[in-house]
This record gives sequence, structure tokens and C-alpha cells, in this order.
Amino acid sequence: MAGPRLFGWAGKILRVDLGAKTQDVLRLPESVYRDYLGGKGLGGYLLRDHATLPPGHPDLPLVIAVGPLNATIAPTSGRCHLTTRSPLTGAVADSSAGGRLGTELARAGWDAIVIVGRAERPTGIEIDDEAVRVVDASALTGLDTHEVFARLRERRKGGSIAATGPAAESGCLFASLIVDTHHAAGRCGLGSVAGGKNLKYLAVRGTGRRKVADLPGLKTAREDILRLTAASPVLLGQHGFSCFGTGSIFDLMDSRRMMPTDNFRRTRFPGAEGLNAYAYKQRYQPRRHGCQGCHVLCKKIAADGRSMPEFETMSHFTALIGNTDLELVLKANDLCNRLGLDTISAGSTLACHREISGQDLTGERVLELLTGMGTGVGPGAELGLALAKGSANYAASMGRPELSMSVKGLELPAYDPRGAYGMALAYATSARGGCHLRAYPISHEILRKPVATDRFSFSGKARIVKIAEDANACVDSLIACKFLFFAASLEEYARAFSSVTGVAATTHDLLVIGERVDYQERLMNARNGFSAKDDDLPARFFNEEGTSGPGLPIPPVPREDFLAARSAYYRIRGLTPDGLPTRETAERLGLPWPSGLASGEVGR
Amino acid sequence: MNTLMAKYAAKLSATGLCAPGDVLMAALDDELAWSQPTDTGDPRRKLMGAVFAGMNISALLLARPAGVYQAVMVELARQALADGTTSGWGSITPGDCETRTFLHDLPVVDSMGADVVIQALRQRKGCVILNGDEVLVAAFGTVSPEQAYVTFSSMCFACFVAYFADHLLRARQGSLTPERQAAFERIKALLPEDRDDLPDLLPGPFESEDAAREALIQAGRHTVEYGLVDSYFGNISYRLGDTILISQTGSSLDELGACIDPCRMDGSSCAGITASSEYSAHKAVYEAEDNARAILHGHPRFSVILSLDCERLDCPKLGECHRACDTPRAVTDPSGGLGVPIVPGEVGTGPFGLCNTLPAALTGTSGEKRGAIVYGHGLFTLGAVDFRDAFATLMGVEHFCRAEYFRRVARLGGE
Repeated sequence: MAGPRLFGWAGKILRVDLGAKTQDVLRLPESVYRDYLGGKGLGGYLLRDHATLPPGHPDLPLVIAVGPLNATIAPTSGRCHLTTRSPLTGAVADSSAGGRLGTELARAGWDAIVIVGRAERPTGIEIDDEAVRVVDASALTGLDTHEVFARLRERRKGGSIAATGPAAESGCLFASLIVDTHHAAGRCGLGSVAGGKNLKYLAVRGTGRRKVADLPGLKTAREDILRLTAASPVLLGQHGFSCFGTGSIFDLMDSRRMMPTDNFRRTRFPGAEGLNAYAYKQRYQPRRHGCQGCHVLCKKIAADGRSMPEFETMSHFTALIGNTDLELVLKANDLCNRLGLDTISAGSTLACHREISGQDLTGERVLELLTGMGTGVGPGAELGLALAKGSANYAASMGRPELSMSVKGLELPAYDPRGAYGMALAYATSARGGCHLRAYPISHEILRKPVATDRFSFSGKARIVKIAEDANACVDSLIACKFLFFAASLEEYARAFSSVTGVAATTHDLLVIGERVDYQERLMNARNGFSAKDDDLPARFFNEEGTSGPGLPIPPVPREDFLAARSAYYRIRGLTPDGLPTRETAERLGLPWPSGLASGEVGR
Repeated sequence: MNTLMAKYAAKLSATGLCAPGDVLMAALDDELAWSQPTDTGDPRRKLMGAVFAGMNISALLLARPAGVYQAVMVELARQALADGTTSGWGSITPGDCETRTFLHDLPVVDSMGADVVIQALRQRKGCVILNGDEVLVAAFGTVSPEQAYVTFSSMCFACFVAYFADHLLRARQGSLTPERQAAFERIKALLPEDRDDLPDLLPGPFESEDAAREALIQAGRHTVEYGLVDSYFGNISYRLGDTILISQTGSSLDELGACIDPCRMDGSSCAGITASSEYSAHKAVYEAEDNARAILHGHPRFSVILSLDCERLDCPKLGECHRACDTPRAVTDPSGGLGVPIVPGEVGTGPFGLCNTLPAALTGTSGEKRGAIVYGHGLFTLGAVDFRDAFATLMGVEHFCRAEYFRRVARLGGE
């Protein structure tokens, strides 16, 4: 078992059963920490034996985990990672969340919280270091997240709070968890799983410190990382995240003609120039805000206190749905945060509805439908509840499944794959579905880091995507913010990890751990019936052109090249030609083979 | 991948970093491809195959630095191995800015053994292999062969700077041995002559974006051809009204075609998010000086080396010179009207970023040759209407620094 002399990790995990009203402490062997690190890796480890439980099953765990770097001076180590099975997709669901939650959990002395069971009534979990209380939260029923935060802050000063909104109570499949008012564990319906357990909020305060094996070594690693971020125009340049937030990518997506427009029918939105991050900054005078332990401060908060929209929200609530009103974007973003709705899935599902119905959406209608999605009441209730099942379910129910712009049922973010072929492949292979962050090829295909690659070519992309997935799985397990890796690399973070834990590790060692963490998810997905048929893009991207410009043709993604790259990816990843795990690879990575799953076969 | 490997092998030869035909690169997607398709029994292939098997990488370069680079790296590698605490293992820690920022240090191993090379490459982006009397450099990429090329090139530059700077420092300290001095003479003889013919650059001012782009591309290409910058470092810009045209981050100055970002000075577009990390410094210079139109930034070797040289061997800020030096320093040649300040500053925009030091230093200069050196980093020069004066200053300062370097070494008894 992990002993009390452990550096970096606390060595204990809190397990709360909301149904049985019990709690206990899990102590895992030290080897588990070394093999899975924490965060995403530890979350998958704690989920995998229950991964085939239906998303609404009380015994399905919702894991909130931190890593060895949390609550240390390693840059951007304040985040945490949530893992469960998605009610939206049926695949593994995981999401990184910012704010202070990761830091507080680590300082409270926990490596993870595993929440199982279903409470009889709305419930909160309050953690103050080792003291854990499960409290009645019935009084918060129906309140939006801002109201929940305000109520709780009246009696709980300091620390961090994660809360669900009405969307988690009304059955929306892409409900999110909101952390510390302005941050979200947005994707895959993690809030829905919490809602299914009748968990209204989690509040954590920690006063302890993580033990660091080699503080001077950690300081050196930190300095190396900070120096690299200072050299990064994307992070700290005048046009970068620190000044304008993630919305600073908006102009680039416009000029590269890869801005998803009208439900991905086009790739350029007329008027985008007036909807960029600069326009928001001029109008809303935002201030900088960031996660605990981060110096980039990419989060922006408007002068009136509302969260500024992230890039995906800016894009999907304008170009994707045909809106040119900045204030509507602010209102929609604010409403989504209050109701606890994932903005990417919400915006994309609205766009899907708009295309199917052929009816443009007024600003008023957008807000009505969001309210309907998140509460099931109001003039948008009936349609909103249908949309709350996600675009794939909605489009299928309307007899137009091809108009859901999703992968594995998870709606695509705001990078059109016709403008970046590595992104096209990475969307398809992402274990959680339509996600840009698992391999983030935008880094090299658009942002030129670590070097530029040809965005209209699949050459070399299979291995690049595989390595990046491994690296990012590791980053989500350590934990750090993936944005930092526009500048730094695992080379520097390996030094930080070794300094914190005293465990010697190289970049290669961390990549092997990342590979294990990734493959662990593919084993779970295979047990739930996922295979190559799910590692694919909507047909639109192979059949329809984007919006070409002078000297810049945006043709459909060449299908044959895509399939060849996907086949290459499967070989590199150690999967069968049908995208399924093999015993050989699992054994090489030290992963147990799940009972009932034949090698290279889809589970039931 | 084959195209990229051929391109970077050719660049290594063209810049004199490697002998023609010697570069061996390999790239792996799901199948391994070689820059030299025919296996002639080159022992490097076996090592490279083992490295691919032992690492998660997509490209690998293994080559012998040529000429003066080979000579200085042999000297540094031997010293590193002698100083290392582990048998067969050492590291070179150059003091230049690019190494500090991107490479940190350079591992050195004493054989072509796969295990030891893999061990080194698992720690850093590249390593130096002392194989008998010759040095090879191994460098890898996880995205593109370009990464391996950039690392290789940067390591050569860093070692060149480290060797000559160290020699001058030892001369100041009075710690040169006859063996070192003999090696220095041998290495000095390997240095190619400086070019003193100026390129025929386009005359300005440029009033259209197309004309300005053409001038940027031309000046960038000549900066590389004249050996005034290595690998993909350096940057260049031109002010056109309220727009700054500037090279993109990570772009090669000799391949600027599509790698120039137009950045509005009022900040009303973020399309310049891919612009050079020194955009802030360039912008500050243009804002401070209406008449400045062109900025050229290269990494001429002896300008960098001379910036590292300081008489204050007992300075309490030793080790922090790159960001905390507050001693007014300059490269001066009163007879030639040269007065080039040397300022501290790290890459980009951090609290110690050169954007805080360079603009004032550069705009504080006057005369025909206007430039400023950032400690351990490189030289920025200013052009009034085009790149002719900026280029001439870049070249002239470097020539002076080279001559001044050897004057100082001679004065201190280093040769």
C-alpha cells in the first residue's frame, strides 16, 4: 500500500456511497500510482471494473482525481480530472476541470474521490481536510449554479465548489459540472451522472501541503517551463491567450477558412471579423482570471461579472447557428453556465435543429431552447427536452442522423476537419468522441508548435496523433494544463514529476504511462461495443467542400487517405484492423484483460 | 516524409553543418523510411533502428557535424565526459539564450551503444556522441523531421558559441593550458572567411503589402545565406502604415513565403497569434520611432559570443547576466562609428523578456549603424526605409565582433 512517506501523492482515496450513506478510505498499492499517476489515469483505473454499468446505474462511479503535481509549484497544476461513463455517448467520459478544485482536493489530502450510489434527495459532499460530511441539499433543488454558489458561499468561505445546475436534474444528457463559478467540466454529460446520483455539489477545503522530494529540482523545472511559456506567442504574446483568452484563435480560424458555419455546411462565416476576441474585449472590458497555479490566466471575466465565452462557444454560438450578436453569445454562455449545459454540445445541437428544420433562430428562440434543454420548462420546453438528448439522438429521431455533426455521439468543437487533416483523424480516434483535446493537432497544423505540419496532408499524422494522445493522457494524469504544451513539453514536466515524487522518470517513461492510460480507455470502450465503425467522421466532411478562397481551396477530406491514415493509426496503437484492443498490447502495457472480452472482439 | 527528409538533409549540407551526402535521417509513421534508401552497411542504421524501437518518436537524425563544428564539439564532448560524474556520460551547458530556453543542456555519451544513446535521448531532444575521435549528433522529432533538423542545427550553434566564449573566459581567468591554446589555433584555422559583399537588396520604402513581403522574403533568405542566423531562429519585420508584417514563430528566414503575418498595430485582430515571439519588441520599437520601417534579427555567432564576455569576473550577479545585468555594456568602435548596446532579456514577453529591454536600447541608438545585442541571444538591427541598412549593420557588427573577439583573445594571451 502507498505509505505515509509518499512524495507527491497522498496515498489515500475517498469513497463516498450516497445511497448507503457510507464513506471509506481506499489505499492502493504504490505501483498503481506509478503506473497511472493520478487524474485521468487513476480515474480510468478506478472506473474500469465498472465501466459496463449503464450510465444511470447507481454503482457507476464518478471519479474526481488529482495528480502528483497538484498543490505544488509546478505550473498549471491546479486542475483536476473527472471520469465516468457518458450518458450521452456510452463511451468513457472524462473531462479536465479548472478553478481551485484540484488544488483544494490535493491539499485536503486526497488523491481522488469516488462517488457511487444514489442519494434519496439532493445532496452535497463537504470536505474539510480529512473531515467528510454528506449533507442534505434539498434547499438547492432547481437553483442555477450561480445561486448555488451564492448560497454556499454564505456559510463556506474559501476552498472550492463544484455544482450542477438544473440541467443535471432535468435529464439533459450533456449537463456539465461548474467549478468555482467560471470553470466547467463541460463535456460528455458528467453533470448528468452527478445529477443521476442526486449530487448537487461538492465543496472542498484543504489546508495541508503535498510533500515534495526535491524542491530545488522542482524550482529549476518550473523556471524552465515558465521561460518556455514566456517565449510562446500563443500563450503570452500580445495576441495570445493571456491577453484575449482562448478566443484569440477565432481570427485564425476565419483566415484559415476552417470556422464551422451553418452546422458545418460551410467553413467561413461572413462578418466573423467583427465577432473576434478584440470585439469582445472592447465591448465587455474583461479582466484576467485563471485556475489556481497558472500564470497564463486565459480565463476572462466581463466587467459585469459574467464569464466571457471560450473560443468554442464564441464560434458555435455565432457561425454555427448563424448569429452575429455578441450580446446573445454572452447571454447564451451565461445561461449555459447557470443551467449547467455543455456549450459545445448545446450550440451544435441547436445548429443541427436549425438545419433540419430549415428555420433560422432568433436570439430569443436560442435562449428559449437553451432554457428548455436545461430545465424542461418555458416556451422552448418540448423541443428543448428533445434537444437535451444531444444532436445524434435528436437527428436520428427526426430521420436525419447524418446531420448530427458528432463522433461517437459527442458534438464536434469549432475546428472544421476539412481544414486540418490531423484534426480529422484525431476527432475520429478520440476515445471520448468528438474532441479536439485528446491529440490537439491544431497545435502543429495551425499554431506551428512544436513545428508546423502540412494541414492538408495525412502524411505522418497517424503516429503524430498516437504520440500526442499518449502525451496528453499523461498531462491529464500528472496534472497540468494542455495549453502549456504549446510551449513546454514532457521533457520539462518529467523533471517536475521526478522532483515532486522522487521517482526517476524520462519523457519516454511518461509517454508509456500515457499509452497505458489511453489503452485502458479503449479496453473499456470495446467492452461497451465501440469499434472502427465509431472511429469515423460524419459523411459531410468527405462529400462536401468547405468554403474555398483565393488560392486556398478547401476540398472534402479525401476518404481513402483518411481510411489509410486510420488503419496506420490502428497498427501504431496496437489495435486490430477493426480498431479493437489486443491481448498482446494490453499485456505489454501491463493492463489486465477484461473478463468477457475476446481479443479483437467487440464486447456486449 | 521523404520530401521533408530530403529537404532538411540538403539544408544541413548547404549551411556547412554537415558534409554533403553524410546526413542520415529516418522517419516513422507506421513504416520506417530512410533519407538514404539504399542500405550500404552504414553502422548508424542499426543504432537508429534501435532508437526507434526504444522510443516514441517519428523522426531521427544522426550525422557528423562538419568542419569547425566537428572540431569544437569534439573538444567540448571530451571535456564534458571528463567532468561527468558518471562514467561514459556528461553534459554540455552552453550559456546562450536558445539553449537555455529550448534545449536546457546537451547530453554527451561516449559510444554508439544503443542503450546509452537511448538513455540520453529519453532525457533531451538531442545528444552528442563521442565515437572515438569524432563526434556525431543524434536528434529526434515527435511531429516532423524538421524538429530533428532544428535541434541538430541549434546544438551546433550552441556548441560553437560555448567553445569560443569559454576560451575567452579562460583567457580572462588565466587558466588556458598549452593544449587548449593549441586546439584553439587548430580550430581557428577552420573558420571560414566572412563574406564582405553586401547582397543587392530591394530599395524601399515599400508602399504595398506585396512589395514589403518580397523585401522581407529576400532579406530573410540572405540573412541565412550569409550565415547570420542558424536553423529556424531569428525574425524580421516591416512596418506598413498601421500594420506590421512579421515572420511567423518557428519560421525559417530562408523560407518566409507563406510565413509572414500581418499584425494590426491597434490589436484589432488576433490573426498574429502565430507571429514571432518577439512581436512585442518589434511593435514597441515601431511605436517609439515613427521613422523606423524595418527590423532584422539574426544570431551572428561572434556578436553573441562577445555579448557573453565580461570583465567583471567577480560580479555578484554572475549566472543571472541574461536577465539581471544592470551594467551598461556595449560593443563600440569609435573609429567606425559603432556603438551597439548589449542588454539582458529572455525570449518573449515574461517579466525578464527582451521586450522590456531591447526597444529602448535600439531606439536609443543613432547614426547609420543602428543595432542592439541581447545577451547570449542575437543582434537586432534597424532600417529606416528598407533592409539595406539593417542588413549592412547586421553584417558589419558581426565582422567587427569577430575581429574584436580575436583581438581580446590575443590581448589576454589566449593565442
